[in-house]
Amino acid sequence: MAFVQSLKCRECHKTYPIEALHVCEFCFGPLEVAYDYEGIASSISREKIADGPPTIWRYADLLPIDGTDYVSLGVGFTPLVRARSLGEELGLPDLWIKNDTVNPTGSFKDRVVSVALTKARELGLKVAACASTGNLANSVAAHAAWAGMESYVFIPANLEKAKIITTSIFGGNVIAIEGNYDDVNRLCAELASEEPTWAFVNVNVRAYYSEGSKTLAYEVAEQLGWRAPDHVVVPVGSGSQLTKIHKGFNELYKVGLLDEEPHVRVSGAQAEGCSPVAAAFAAGHDYVRPVKPNTIAKSLAIGNPADGFYALEVVRKTGGSFGSVTDEEIIDGMSLLARTEGIFAETAGGVTVATLAKLAREGVIKSGETVVAYITGNGLKTVEALEDSKGPTYVIKPTLEAFSEVYASRRSK
Amino acid sequence: MSTVRVPTQLRSLTAGVAELEIHGSTVGEILRKIDSDYPGLGERIFDENGVLRRFVNVFLAEEDVRFLEGLDTPVKENQVLSIVPAVAGGAN
Repeated sequence: MAFVQSLKCRECHKTYPIEALHVCEFCFGPLEVAYDYEGIASSISREKIADGPPTIWRYADLLPIDGTDYVSLGVGFTPLVRARSLGEELGLPDLWIKNDTVNPTGSFKDRVVSVALTKARELGLKVAACASTGNLANSVAAHAAWAGMESYVFIPANLEKAKIITTSIFGGNVIAIEGNYDDVNRLCAELASEEPTWAFVNVNVRAYYSEGSKTLAYEVAEQLGWRAPDHVVVPVGSGSQLTKIHKGFNELYKVGLLDEEPHVRVSGAQAEGCSPVAAAFAAGHDYVRPVKPNTIAKSLAIGNPADGFYALEVVRKTGGSFGSVTDEEIIDGMSLLARTEGIFAETAGGVTVATLAKLAREGVIKSGETVVAYITGNGLKTVEALEDSKGPTYVIKPTLEAFSEVYASRRSK
Repeated sequence: MSTVRVPTQLRSLTAGVAELEIHGSTVGEILRKIDSDYPGLGERIFDENGVLRRFVNVFLAEEDVRFLEGLDTPVKENQVLSIVPAVAGGAN
């Protein structure tokens, strides 16, 4: 649906044609997609969406794509789960979990990649590439395989083993870099200058790619019966997802899908070992000082977050907050979510749940609020983080006596 | 002599040249030298106060100069300086 008008610099508002561009030539500000919202409003309706596919493409009118030749493994429309047990533990009676662990490659990155590679094909780009902390690598490699595109994914060499294996299975090129994510990102930003016919999903097609995260807001609103929640808690790596979720709720109102103007408080979750945005929030700064990451939440280990500044702006403007949590709290958060709701999240999900708990304890999140926590990656990707803390409850000999003994001691507890 | 890598977004000002050879003892000195050799380049990477723009990253030997001494970081002979646009998405 051709409601895309141009790319526009967020800082100086200079406009550019719809091409693989991500940076304003004049001020280096980020480019974003400009839409014809009146056109969208006259085309879109709740009924039309309900008749669409059970994927992110039911919201195609609000995505930066012209045709209908989607690169999609069946992405999105993941469950919004009423979290009664977890809510009871945290004193939040109206708590919901957006369970994005069940996307095709196990994380929300499938949303942004589906949009990015669909756009890449429309732009005639042949090679799919990315800088990744792992989830994006999985998704780019899988979608490129499905679309028959060549792929190059760049990852830090110290990534969780599972994420490396689950990327290489798709048969593309996996380039492990001796450095951290910020090194990988810098290399890819330079490479994008040299390989203009490649689609680096989070570099030169980032303006389109990042729009995919808006569907996290669309789905939640639709699943709540076309209303926005009062408060959302979102994990922060680059900060892009948080800003796009906020944008998504506002767009729904703009095009007439929500009756009331949403006032969603947006809170961000970071790991203490990599919390440049949370630290800037706490210190009252409007700039984000880069850090060297050291945390088990590797999918959030971005020391120089590209959208950190904008994420800060959204959290402040909406009356949200930031929390940062230790590695121990992250594992506790993962365990808490698994034991109360039966959802196994990766370490980033532990960050979100631990931050949710912290903000609830501090009274920042109010018990009367409809709260949605975004759980964006599957626990099977980061089992290494649990190796020392999880295992069998008992190891016994294969005899009835041995089991009776542990069963008795179990029951007496 | 140090090598400065120029991103595509600035190559219209360097007649398409991707790598420049520049003399200078600090990051700031080298960047200002480029501005005098290629007029207009300075205002694209520095703001009105002479500070690196928010969306401009400069790396010396692969290290972000914000982790070093910023524009005062000393540059050794044959080191490579890269100007790289920050990758941000934006919203609204």
